[in-house]
Amino acid sequence: MSVSRYRSQLRQSAAERRAETHPLTWRLGEDGAMVGLGEYLDKDGYVAARKVLNHQSPDDVVATMKDANVRGRGGAGFSAGMKWSLTMKGQDIPRGYLVCNADEMEPGTFKDRLLLEQLPHLLIEGMIIGGYANHSRFGYIFLRGEYVEAARALARAIDEARAAGWLGNDIADSGYDFDIALHTGAGRYICGEETALINSLEGNRANPRAKPPFPGQSGAWGKPTVVNNVETFCNAPAVMLHGARWYQDLSGELSNDGGTKLYGVSGKVAMPGLWELPIGTSGSELLERAGGMRDGRALKAWLPGGGSTGFLLPEHLDAPLDFDTIGELGSRMGTGLLTVVNEDQSVLSLVRNLEQFFARESCGWCTPCRDGLPWTVKILQALEHGEGERGDLEMLDKLGGDLGPGKTFCAHAPGAAMPLQSALKYFREEFERGVVHPPRAAHADPIPVGVV
Amino acid sequence: MATIHVDGQSYDVDGADNLLSACLSLGLDVPYFCWHPAMGSVGACRQCAVKQYKDADDTRGMLVMSCMTPAADDSRISISDAEAREFRASVIEWLMINHPHDCPVCEEGGHCHLQDMTVMTGHDRRRYRFRKRTHRNQELGPFIAHEMNRCITCYRCVRFYRDYAGGTDLGAFGANSNIYFGRHQDGVLESAFSGNLTEVCPTGVFTDKTHSERYTRKWDLQFAPSICHQCASGCNISPGERYGDIRRIENRYHGEVNRFFLCDRGRFGYGYVNRSDRPLRPEWRSDRNDTAVTLEVDAALGRGADLLRTSRRVIGIGSPRASLESNHQLRELVGEDNFSTGIAAQELACLTAMNALNRNCGLPTPTLRDVEDHDAVLVLGEDLIASAARAGLAVRQAVTARRTELAAERDIPSWNDEAVRTLGQDSYHPLYIAYPIATGLDDISAGSWTLAPADIARLGFAVAHAIDAEAPVVEDLDESTRREAETIAKRLLAARRPLVIGGGSLGSPVVIEAAGSVARALSRRTRQGSLLLVRGEANSTGLTMLGGESLEWALDELDGAHADAVVVLENDLYQRAPREQVDAVLERADAVIVLDHQRTATWQHADLGLPAAAFSEADGTLVSLEGRAQRFFQVFDPRYIRPETRIHESWRWLHALRADMLRQDTGEITFDAVTRACAEHYPELHDMLGSSPSADYRVRGLKLAREPHRYSGRTAMRAHLDVSEPRASQDVDSPFTFSMEGYNGFDRPREEVAFAWAPGWNSPQAWNKFTDEVGGHLSAGDPGVRLLHPCPGQYDYFVALPERFTPRDSAWQVVVLPRLFGGEETSSRATPIIERAAPVTLRLSVDDAQRLGCSDGDLLSVVTDSGRTNLPVQLDAVLPVGLVGIPAGVEPGLISGDWAELKAEATNHHQGQIMGQRDDETGGRP
Repeated sequence: MSVSRYRSQLRQSAAERRAETHPLTWRLGEDGAMVGLGEYLDKDGYVAARKVLNHQSPDDVVATMKDANVRGRGGAGFSAGMKWSLTMKGQDIPRGYLVCNADEMEPGTFKDRLLLEQLPHLLIEGMIIGGYANHSRFGYIFLRGEYVEAARALARAIDEARAAGWLGNDIADSGYDFDIALHTGAGRYICGEETALINSLEGNRANPRAKPPFPGQSGAWGKPTVVNNVETFCNAPAVMLHGARWYQDLSGELSNDGGTKLYGVSGKVAMPGLWELPIGTSGSELLERAGGMRDGRALKAWLPGGGSTGFLLPEHLDAPLDFDTIGELGSRMGTGLLTVVNEDQSVLSLVRNLEQFFARESCGWCTPCRDGLPWTVKILQALEHGEGERGDLEMLDKLGGDLGPGKTFCAHAPGAAMPLQSALKYFREEFERGVVHPPRAAHADPIPVGVV
Repeated sequence: MATIHVDGQSYDVDGADNLLSACLSLGLDVPYFCWHPAMGSVGACRQCAVKQYKDADDTRGMLVMSCMTPAADDSRISISDAEAREFRASVIEWLMINHPHDCPVCEEGGHCHLQDMTVMTGHDRRRYRFRKRTHRNQELGPFIAHEMNRCITCYRCVRFYRDYAGGTDLGAFGANSNIYFGRHQDGVLESAFSGNLTEVCPTGVFTDKTHSERYTRKWDLQFAPSICHQCASGCNISPGERYGDIRRIENRYHGEVNRFFLCDRGRFGYGYVNRSDRPLRPEWRSDRNDTAVTLEVDAALGRGADLLRTSRRVIGIGSPRASLESNHQLRELVGEDNFSTGIAAQELACLTAMNALNRNCGLPTPTLRDVEDHDAVLVLGEDLIASAARAGLAVRQAVTARRTELAAERDIPSWNDEAVRTLGQDSYHPLYIAYPIATGLDDISAGSWTLAPADIARLGFAVAHAIDAEAPVVEDLDESTRREAETIAKRLLAARRPLVIGGGSLGSPVVIEAAGSVARALSRRTRQGSLLLVRGEANSTGLTMLGGESLEWALDELDGAHADAVVVLENDLYQRAPREQVDAVLERADAVIVLDHQRTATWQHADLGLPAAAFSEADGTLVSLEGRAQRFFQVFDPRYIRPETRIHESWRWLHALRADMLRQDTGEITFDAVTRACAEHYPELHDMLGSSPSADYRVRGLKLAREPHRYSGRTAMRAHLDVSEPRASQDVDSPFTFSMEGYNGFDRPREEVAFAWAPGWNSPQAWNKFTDEVGGHLSAGDPGVRLLHPCPGQYDYFVALPERFTPRDSAWQVVVLPRLFGGEETSSRATPIIERAAPVTLRLSVDDAQRLGCSDGDLLSVVTDSGRTNLPVQLDAVLPVGLVGIPAGVEPGLISGDWAELKAEATNHHQGQIMGQRDDETGGRP
């Protein structure tokens, strides 16, 4: 099957990708085909897992992950090693679950898809290592339901791995038992939030859970549970094989964060796609690799890592794309997949579209998110239709603030507030253009409100 | 203990609490929706945001949800902080986006938590100018009305219905701003506790449908502290009256009994007091076949006294649904040797055994709240959801509390509700149930057995023996039962506080003795356990303590012409004895005087009928199944709106009748005097004197108000009768006024609270102002006095153990099975309960049905020595072979333990008859 119609394409030649520099993608060919068990084993597959299971203690694995400072690639950037060290383990503690968050639904994000479709064994190996480190009894891959190609690849890989003894009892004669089940989601963005994911996995409504207690204390079915992103797990084998030092050095002087990052670009560029590059690579290099802006139109703004990150301007392109730097610019690195906006595109419409998505994907648990987001959408729709009223922008400012961190139950609404607030900051005049009326009374049915 | 600092003030609070609960307990107002004192915190609504500061130097602080934040020592918070206040106003503004502005026509208005919180946060301007979301509502049955457009999505309904009460047919559907709380399709809510949705819901999504057609705002209702008469649990209620009708029953907080919740029978079963066919005036028949003529009070008393004076011997038949005072006055009238409790012999034997066990089994009786503090439960012969539903809800909390314990081991506070459930999953404290059919608590039991009553008892005795080898051995016990008994014994012994529950539902004294033996065995092994014994009716316990003969004794005395007159107190004999027998006895008696508030079959046979006050029109004392004497207060004076009525409390009638009979002056009779006489006459009941304040009780020199201070329309209330307003009725019996005048506050603690209201708190959440701490006890102490105490002494085990149950070839043993809806006499006369009751069926095991060649719905006749009826068959997959299950309240001649013949009947004739009869009996007041 041809994969050329996918955006989820690696745009680096096989020659460029080497084991020492491209731990995630060096095994991939140029044909976009899945790397099966045989090919994976030929390319050092499961070597790290064998080494870890037979020669290292779980604590060693956690320590190495911590030293390597692998920061969570799902977007939050929390140290995976730190997370693993907080998982409850011990005599009286039941062995829990290891969950791979493969519910990739962040707008503008398609990186995990590449790994899932083409390199499922790398994920499985990463999960075996993670499971061992966290004393997990069983692993789940929570996969976005629309990723049917990935589901096929994972199902095949899990079968292959189980048949070859990489899953099941006594893996690699180490005495360690671990298996993985594939769970395909039913299509809610909120399932990417780790505790909502666990609820959904259990068969409950996909509402996030209050923290504390964290999943590491009481997660799926009340057992200690570790949830990591696909890319995070995929980093683990190379870290275990080559060590924390090597991993740290991959990014060299570019960033304090270690390793590589699967970056990508989408939007009005010449060649959207994915690149594995040292973490801390700048946005301008990425844009260059993507062939620059399409049709010679100028760059107006860009989102550094998905719909829930804040807008940045062309002047921010030279900053290294890592968690801390982008955070200091008032945005978040998120997934590290750039969405570019050209000068012809309306930021107002883009924000309306994003807020419509976030409002629709709210789980409906907490009030600000459930009822506040649809209000922003309706105001944005009014502005878009030139039916805004004086006070609308101030209301958007207020809503943006009220949807912020600490005020809502989970990070969903703060994520939705970020593009809204940053757009209001950088492109306020676009919003002001929609304000044509003085404040009026509530209307019976004044605005085409659409469906939210 | 922890010290917290709120807006610069320091307070000592319980450090295990959350900040919201701690602040509310201190009397500080913090608005909230999703938190509930009985259900803990989930952090969904974000309404209770406060500013928290890291330390004394932190001036910026950050917003936290007070419900999700521990009240840790040295916490510093501000409720009045500007950012916190603005955020809380924003939350209300969001909730109001889709909330309709229909307060004027909404039945929640006036006791609406959302209204209260909206006013509290100061949100008063609408800025959202777009279209509101609308929902389609559902038909949820006779109890609950549904208006989803009002929903503010606090999730309390499903958290109560599913998580707290174990229901499964109410859920949250949809996502984002389109969340829907309802059933998967229209249909009757299945939970026995659905009525609590009306109080749990902070706004008008779920409202009381029985109240709807004759709706009155809370502020226009007249309330009194009352006690539910629909079972023996003793739940405290606040009935609300307007224009002479009870309009709804609200939960009345009692820290040791029902706390926040009632069952649906108690909440919705009040309609019998409003029936249009109620006797309002004395009725006289010169000949039993004549139609009755109505009499004035004096004439009625005169005729009654004549009847009694001319009789040789008068038998008095009391009632377990009447107050101690009324029963006592009847006994005074007829004399101790002529007094019957009006309870059938088998039930009376059970009740006597239960009262004895409560004293001498060695274990105390728990309050319903205390039930929740037990960690292993054995239930013998009771389906609590059918026989004492509120107690069943308490057992559910006891069993699920295992999760709270597990959570505590991981430092998860008990109030962190979702986290507790997540960690605990389906870990429960052990609950074992033995009953002939499936019960309402099987879903959380560690083991449930469906057994014949004798085998239930044998299981219990085997458990007792396994706990204490000195308890008698059960002969011929099969190996598997012995092992199961040992498992149960082990778990009970391992518990911190084991609870044994038995009762009289199956009419089996050996089942009760078995529960007693387990309790005694636990007591001998010095376990801090409890024994809860379920009685049938509101005053079964109290009447048994008062004493008296069985109903059969009374009928025999009359039938054998040892007596020629009978006075029947609030008792429909046809509900308790076979029709033919009662017919014959009443026919034979020369004089029949009946006091009742219902036009019962017995009333129709009376020479003289005296219209008695129902619970809503009378004062009285009941003793609940835990042995708690509790006073119910008169809610309204029936003569105020309907001057033609001559309704009086039975004790008042009986006092006057006695005076007339003795040709004495009737004189002044007050409730306090009757109660004192009753208490002094029966040593066991002596402490009942302390169960309520006397009529001269005052707060700041004021009587207590029955009506909220906003009560309106009093001057016009009787305008259709007379334009001049009469003086308000005077209450000589209690410290309450029939007026808004009087004390109604919360700052002077008092036990008896007619309705909970505090400034800014109009909803049931106002109870938090009347308690010593949120979810605790009433500030003045919880009302009522417990009368049944364990008495030390050497008590022997019960030794007459029953034989194993053996099915017979052509006869089936009757088990009468209690029903929550339809199984109780008075509530079965309320239309909503009749609608809610399942069709009456005869339960038969699948094997027996096969043997008889009948299938679901076929009509069978059941015939025993004392009774017969025809009922459609319902196959029961778990009922033991050899038993036939008969629903309670269908045919009193069919008695548990009797052997019945079963025969196929050709037509569905009798069923039609029952239905027809029921239609007659539903008559609500126009």
